[in-house]
Amino acid sequence: MSAHDPIVFDRLTHYYGRTRALDTVSLRVPEGSIFALLGRNGAGKTTALDCLLGFLRPTRGRALLLGEDAAHLPPALREKVGYVAEGQRLVPWMKVRDLVRFQRAGFRSFDEDYCLRHLRRLGLPLKRRIFNLSRGMRAQLALSLALAQRPELMVLDDPAMGLDAVVRREFLEVMIDLIQEEGRTLLFTSHILSDVERVCDHVAILDRGVLRIDAPLDMVKARVRRFHALFEGEAPPAPAIPGLVRDRRLHNELVLTVVDGDEEVERACRDLGARRVDCEGLSLEGLFIDYTAGRDLEGEA
Amino acid sequence: MPFLRVDVSSAEPVFAQIVLGVKRAVATGRLRVGDRLPSVRELARELVLNPNTVAKAYQVLEADRITTSRRGAGTFVARHRPVLKSAERRRRFRKALDEALADAVNLGIGVEEARKVFEGALRRFHFEEQT
Repeated sequence: MSAHDPIVFDRLTHYYGRTRALDTVSLRVPEGSIFALLGRNGAGKTTALDCLLGFLRPTRGRALLLGEDAAHLPPALREKVGYVAEGQRLVPWMKVRDLVRFQRAGFRSFDEDYCLRHLRRLGLPLKRRIFNLSRGMRAQLALSLALAQRPELMVLDDPAMGLDAVVRREFLEVMIDLIQEEGRTLLFTSHILSDVERVCDHVAILDRGVLRIDAPLDMVKARVRRFHALFEGEAPPAPAIPGLVRDRRLHNELVLTVVDGDEEVERACRDLGARRVDCEGLSLEGLFIDYTAGRDLEGEA
Repeated sequence: MPFLRVDVSSAEPVFAQIVLGVKRAVATGRLRVGDRLPSVRELARELVLNPNTVAKAYQVLEADRITTSRRGAGTFVARHRPVLKSAERRRRFRKALDEALADAVNLGIGVEEARKVFEGALRRFHFEEQT
C-alpha cells in the first residue's frame, strides 16, 4: 500500500434510486499492476468504473484517480488515463481516419503517428465508417485510440465482450506489450476468466455491490480450498467454520469452500461423522463461482 | 520453449506451472546445463502471459538453483549442486513417490505393472552419476 497507488476506492457507495449498486467498497490498485475487477452482470463493476472516471457521483465515499478526487478531475489529469468503454461508444458515422484526428484535437498527449502505425499493423481500413466496422475492429480501434494518448493508466471495461477467440488473443498480446513498458497500470473488467488468468496479477471480486476478494491471484489460489466431506447417510448442515465462503449439500456429500482452512475443517467434518474428507485447490473459475453464485441457488437467505 | 505448456484453467498458479515445466525439462534432458532460457519478455510473448508472472517463475528457478543468470547475457540452466542434505532429499523423494503409489493402488494397478511403469519412467529421465 502506498500513497502513490494510482487508483483508490475509499468506502465507495452508490445508489440508483433505492437500489444499492456499490456498498462501501474500499480497494487500492498498486502502480504497475494488472488488476482485474470481476463480478457477475449487475455486480457493480461498471458503476465503480463510472465513479472512478467522474461520470457518476458516488452517493457516499470517494474514488481517487492518480491522487485526485474523481468527482473533480482536472482535464490535464484525464489525458493521463486511457479508457475503453463497454461496447466502445465510438461516434458511429465518423470514418476511422477522422476519428483519429478528432481524438488528436482532444488530447494534447495524443500520438497520431503511433495510432496510425498501430491501426495499419492491425489492418484496420482508415477510410471506413465506424458503423461499418466489425465488432473486433471497433474494439481494436478503441484500444488503439486509448493507447495513443500514451496514458499512465488504462481502464478497460469488458474489452473482450463479443469478440472471437482470435481477436481476443490479439488484444491480449497488445495488453502484454503494454505491460512490458514499465510502470503502466491497467484496470480491466472481464467475464473471460482464462484471459484474466493469463494477464492479471491482482483480482478483486464484486458480488452484488460488495467486495469479496481483493488480493494477488496467486495468494487467493494458495489460500482458498474446497473440502469434500463424505457421509454414510444424508450430509449434515455445514459446521460453523471461520473463513467459510460457500457450502453446499449434495446428498451424502458436504462441499465447503474455505479461506485458510486446513486440519481444522477436516476435524470439524469428522466430528460430524464424515468418513472421508478430501481437499482440492481451485481455478479462478472455481473461485469466482464459489464467491458469487451465492446462496440464492440453494434457496437460503 | 515449445515443450512448456500452461493450463490457465488449472488450480495451480501459472508461475508454478512454468517452474515445474522447466524442472521437468531439465530432468528429462530437453534442457541441458548451459542452455539459455528465453528472456522473460520472449517467453511472456510466446505463452501470452503477464511478464510479471514469467519473471516470478524465473526468480523461483534461480532460488532453487535450477538456473543462473548472468547480467546482460540471460538465464542459463545451472550445473546441479545439491543444497539439501541427502537425508532430506531422500525424504522429499519418498513423499512424492508415496503420492504416486497411492494413485497406483487406487487405480487398481498391480505391483508388477507398477514396477514396469517405474522402470520405464527411470529410462526417460537423466540421472547424474553418483560418486
